[in-house]
Amino acid sequence: MSLTLADVHRIAHLARIEISDQQAKGVVEQLNDIFAMIEQIARVDTAGVAPMTHPLDGVQRLREDVPEAAPDRAELLGNAPAQQDGLFLVPRVIE
Amino acid sequence: MTELAQSSLAELGKLLDGGQVSAVELAQLFLERIERHRDLNAWLDVRPELTLQQARVADARRARGERGPLLGVPIGHKDIFVTRGWASTAGSRMLEGYMSPFDATVVERLARAGMVCLGKLNCDEFAMGSSNENSAFGNVLNPWDRAAVPGGSSGGSAAAVAARLAPIATGTDTGGSIREPAAFSGVTGVKPTYGRPSRWGMIAFASSLDTAGLLAASAEDCALVFNSMLGFDPRDSTSVQRPDEDFTRALQSDLSGLRIGVPAQFFEQGLQPDVEAAVRAAIEQYRHLGASLIDVQLPNAPLGIPVYYVVAPAEASSNLSRFDGVRYGHRASRFDDLSDMIKKSRAEGFGPEPRRRILVGTYVLSHGYYDAYYLKASKVRRLIAEDFRRAFQVCDLIAGPVTSSVAFNFGEKAADPVSMYLADLFTVPASLAGVPALSMPCGFGERGRPVGLQLIANYFDEARLLGAAHRYQLATGWHRRVPPGF
Repeated sequence: MSLTLADVHRIAHLARIEISDQQAKGVVEQLNDIFAMIEQIARVDTAGVAPMTHPLDGVQRLREDVPEAAPDRAELLGNAPAQQDGLFLVPRVIE
Repeated sequence: MTELAQSSLAELGKLLDGGQVSAVELAQLFLERIERHRDLNAWLDVRPELTLQQARVADARRARGERGPLLGVPIGHKDIFVTRGWASTAGSRMLEGYMSPFDATVVERLARAGMVCLGKLNCDEFAMGSSNENSAFGNVLNPWDRAAVPGGSSGGSAAAVAARLAPIATGTDTGGSIREPAAFSGVTGVKPTYGRPSRWGMIAFASSLDTAGLLAASAEDCALVFNSMLGFDPRDSTSVQRPDEDFTRALQSDLSGLRIGVPAQFFEQGLQPDVEAAVRAAIEQYRHLGASLIDVQLPNAPLGIPVYYVVAPAEASSNLSRFDGVRYGHRASRFDDLSDMIKKSRAEGFGPEPRRRILVGTYVLSHGYYDAYYLKASKVRRLIAEDFRRAFQVCDLIAGPVTSSVAFNFGEKAADPVSMYLADLFTVPASLAGVPALSMPCGFGERGRPVGLQLIANYFDEARLLGAAHRYQLATGWHRRVPPGF
C-alpha cells in the first residue's frame, strides 16, 4: 500500500488541516515510511484475540447527573480568539 | 548553596521542619539557578512573584504548626499540566499564551501538600517527540552535553532536574516520555500504573496511554511525592479507585528473594555496546544485592512501535480535534468562511509532528481502514500486555535498557520520523500494557553521556518498583552525579 498525493489531500480535509501541494509532497513520503513500519502488524495472528482499548480493561464510570461548580464564564471566554456578549464569535455561516 | 540544591526531598523536609531554611529561601535559591541557566531553555514560563507567593503561604502554614514532608518543597510542572497563573501551552503555538481557568488535579494535589510551583517546563509539542526538538519554543539543551538532545517529550523536566534547577518535576509518559528523557539526561523518571494519576487538566494526547509521573534525583524522592500525587479523581473517567497507600513502604526492604526478569527481546534490535555494558553491569549489581535473575520472554514487545504508532495517533487525531480556533487557541488572521478558518487555524497552529500524527490517526480511523489498522493494533496491544502478565507470574520486576543508545545529537534524527520513533522501542511496551516503569542512571556511555536502566513492575506494584530502585541507588550512587558546572 502506498498513499498518493490525492490521498494526503483527502486525509487532510478529513482532519480539517489546510495543506498545500508542496506540503503534501513533503509529507507523503514520510507517511508512507510510517505505514511501511506499521504494516508488520498485519502479519500477526490475532485470531480469537479481543481488542484492548484500555489498560485494565476499565469501563466508563458514570455519575449522578447533577450540576457541579463550573469555572468562571468570563475567565473561560477570556481565552477565545473572538467573543462578544458572553458568546464565542465565528464567521457568518447563514447568509 | 549548591549543596542545598542537591539535597534530597527528605533532607529538604528536615531542614524546613527544623527551621534551618524557609520555603521562601528555597524558592529563591531555585529561581536564581533557573535564571542563571536560562541558556538550557528548560522553562517556558517562570513568574517569581507567583512562586514566592506560594512559598510565603507554605511558610505561613508551617508557622501555624502544620507539618508535611512536602510543605514548602519546590517543584516544576511540565507544560502539559494546566496551571492557574502560569501559561499552559503544551509546547505549541496553538496554545501560546493560554491561561487556564483551573489547575490540573496533579498540580492541585501537590499544591495542597504544600509544594511550591517554580514554573512551567518545556516539552515536545503536545508531548509528541523523543528529543524535545518538536517544541514550538525551541530546543532544550542537555546539561551533560549541549550538543545532545535531553530526550523527550518531558525534556525540560529532565534537563531542569539534571541541572538541579528544580529538586523534582512532573512529567507525562505516553510511550516513554518520562523514561527516555530521564535516561538521556541522567535522572530518575517514574511512570506509575495507568489510571493512578489523574488525567484531569493534562492536555490530552492519547487518552488510553497518557500517564503523569515524576522526574527527580532519586526513586526515594519520587516515592515521597507519589504519596500526595496519586489517587482517585472523580473528574477523570478512567481514574482507578483503590485505597491510599504509602509508596515509601518498601524503601527499607532488602532485595533477597526478589526475582528480576531479563527479557531477551530487550537486548536485540540495535542495542549499542556502551548501553548494553552499563545495563548488564547494573543487572549484575542486583544479583550482588541478593536478587535472582530469570530469563523471561516478551515475544510481542518488538511490535510495540507499530502498534503504538496506530493507537497513539488515532487517539491524538480525536483529542486534537478540539483545536478549532473558536473557543481557545490560535485563530488564523485571514480566511474565507468558518470551514476555511478552522483549516487554516489548525494548519498554522500545529507544528509538523502533531500534523503528521493527526494525518496518520485520521487515516487509520477512516472508513475502510479501521479494521486493518486500529482494530488490528488494539488486538496486538493485548498480546503485548499478555506477555507482561505471563512474565510477572515468574518474576517480580523486569529489567533492561531504556534506550538503545545514549542521547543523540540535535538534528541527527529530526528529518526521519521513523528513526525518531524507534527511540521508544524499549519504553512503548510498558505504556501499551499500562504497567508502572522507571528509568534510573546506571553509568555513562559514549561521549560521557548518561545511560539509564529500566525497571518495569506489575500493575499497582509501584512500592516494590521504587524500593528496588532505591536499594540500587544506595549501593551505587550513580544518581548523585551532577553534570559539571551545575
